[in-house]
Amino acid sequence: MAEKLIEITDLRVQFDVRAGIVKAVDGLDLTINRGQTVGVIGESGCGKSVTARAILQMVPKPGKVATGSILYHRKAKEGKKYERDEVLEITKLSSDGDVIRQIRGGEIGMIFQEPMSSLTPVYTAGTHINEALFLHRLIPLQKVGDQMAAEMMKYRSMTKEEARNEAVEMLRRVGIPKPVERVDSYPHQLSGGQRQRVMIAIALSCRPEMLIADEPTTALDVSIEAQILDVMRDMQKTYNMAIMFITHNLGVIAEMAEEIVVMYMGKQVERAKTVDLFYNPKHPYTQALLKSIPHVGKRTNERLATIEGMVPDPFHLPNGCVFHPRCPKFMPGKCDKIAPTYQSVGEHHWASCLLYE
Amino acid sequence: MATATLSPADKKAKQVSQSYWSLVWWKFKKNRIAVIGGIILLTMYVLICLFAEFVAPYDLERRSSYTEAPPITIRFIDDQGKFSIQPFVYQYERKVDQAIRRRTFVENPAVKYPVSLFVKGDSYKLWGFIPGDIHLFGLKTDDPKAAMFLMGSDSAGRDYFSRIIYGGRLSLLIGLIGQILTLVLGSVLGAISGYYGGAVDMFVQRFTEFLAAFPDIPLFMALAAAIPQYFSPIIVYFMLTLILALVRWGGLARQVRGLILSLREREYVLAAKSAGASDSRIMFRHLLPGTMSHVIVIATLSIPGMILAETSLSWLGLGLRPPLTSWGVLLQEAATVYAIRFAPWLLWTVPFIILVILAFNMLGDGLRDALDPYGGR
Repeated sequence: MAEKLIEITDLRVQFDVRAGIVKAVDGLDLTINRGQTVGVIGESGCGKSVTARAILQMVPKPGKVATGSILYHRKAKEGKKYERDEVLEITKLSSDGDVIRQIRGGEIGMIFQEPMSSLTPVYTAGTHINEALFLHRLIPLQKVGDQMAAEMMKYRSMTKEEARNEAVEMLRRVGIPKPVERVDSYPHQLSGGQRQRVMIAIALSCRPEMLIADEPTTALDVSIEAQILDVMRDMQKTYNMAIMFITHNLGVIAEMAEEIVVMYMGKQVERAKTVDLFYNPKHPYTQALLKSIPHVGKRTNERLATIEGMVPDPFHLPNGCVFHPRCPKFMPGKCDKIAPTYQSVGEHHWASCLLYE
Repeated sequence: MATATLSPADKKAKQVSQSYWSLVWWKFKKNRIAVIGGIILLTMYVLICLFAEFVAPYDLERRSSYTEAPPITIRFIDDQGKFSIQPFVYQYERKVDQAIRRRTFVENPAVKYPVSLFVKGDSYKLWGFIPGDIHLFGLKTDDPKAAMFLMGSDSAGRDYFSRIIYGGRLSLLIGLIGQILTLVLGSVLGAISGYYGGAVDMFVQRFTEFLAAFPDIPLFMALAAAIPQYFSPIIVYFMLTLILALVRWGGLARQVRGLILSLREREYVLAAKSAGASDSRIMFRHLLPGTMSHVIVIATLSIPGMILAETSLSWLGLGLRPPLTSWGVLLQEAATVYAIRFAPWLLWTVPFIILVILAFNMLGDGLRDALDPYGGR
């Protein structure tokens, strides 16, 4: 039975800017289990990254979580700084407090789209990994108090040498050649793929429960992309880690994720198992998205299918279903009046479309 | 496997990939003017700040009967035309010139005093606790009338060269210590201001503007006047350093703020944050090092300003006062028409000040180019 790790219910993130309120995330429900990969897809600006940031309580400045909850099921584990199982409400935590800083990096790691600029240029790869290790990893020192009812473990931080060895080991695991030398390399001496591997090594060095990968391969070329995906899958198996994979690349997500969430203008329009979503998409937006993938081997003179129209202005969202001005299955008098609700449309398959209401 | 020690193969690889600082050093070495500036400064700081007692031939307060004696000539050839490898000086003889009604000094070729290195002289305590009486150079004689004034003597009969050396200690250190204080204050406040933005930024920036809008000299005057007269000279000295730093951190803070403003939008700040780093860690470990190359250059180029500020304040009588001796204090003594007319050697301080300031500018310019090793040129 899958254990829940992150439970997001009705999450709404709003940006209060001078021109009005932008609802970056507008009612998101998502459960991520331990060891599971969840994909989040959607066009640019649909709220994928903001969701990821919200999980780490890192929504950038004018934005704030308006309503909704993000529950994090913490489980005590050897070598972590907390001792008991508990359920934390992340949206209630102080954004600069000790608890959230332990979670960031220590329990939920994150990697970014831009490996080129995600490493501080003045530090070596090893220093970056060590920083994470010093912040989050503890080493069991001794067992004390066997005579007491509860057995307590004492922990200490890593020493420099241990951290260095661990850094080399992590670099080897993510497949960097000659890790003993590379550990002393500065970011400008590494290639894009190597930098992204270092990022993954940093994120994984603390054995997080979950990895948020925010378009991790967008800036890389295709062969490197495949290697990075392999590394992530290997690591997931080794540590039974959940992955939240954010991308707009449907090919990548089909390969990685077990479950997919499709977002459009901050709204979750469809959620299903990967196979269901690709073979039996319910929401017209998902269908249109899948049609717009170029196919290899089929040479026709047809133009590639696109989704009609433009992404609406976030300050003036259309009434009713936000997708209706672009929807090929637009039902006049219905879609532009009534906002669809989130409905179950099959086994483990939800969509928010008036076609199914 | 994977130990921290490096095998020979790893060492070889280390040579191939150069670190930032080794690139900087490599580029700096190629700039001859900057290297000269650096060597001048290093020599001056070591000789003057660390070993003034040893380098100066006389004690700071050693008075002699030779008041306002002109600089003496060190000779190798005596009046008979005989050459000796050991340099020597003639004895000074005091005479009164009736025509201009002034005391003058003439050399008496009958008495020669040999000049040599490492001679015994006035006793001193190096760094306050190492006793010694050996000086770098001096006269090898026991005659109490012997005197060697390389750059003349002042109105109290003190060796002016020794005074310049001792005075340089305070002037050079005030530049360095004051600049370090400025650096700390400016980069910390600049970083906080740039990183947090908003109200904090507003407050810090308006405060620096307030400081910058204030005319320098009256502000110095007011602050210097606030130092009580009964404070011991050394406290006055540190107060003055503090005042100079407090007035001057604003410019650096603004530059650091500007750099931090652009750096904080970089992805690595987000990455550090998502790895659980605290605000102070992001500011001081991830952002400030990125501004260091810039800050070092600004700091080097503004040390001369600091030294000049001390000099001009002391010259105005607002900074250091006798018995403390700094270059400003020495210049104040030379700031009379009488001194310039009859004892022009009291202006020997000026070349020293110019030399230090030029050297700092040469070094700073070189550093500016060197710290951007990936740039063109």
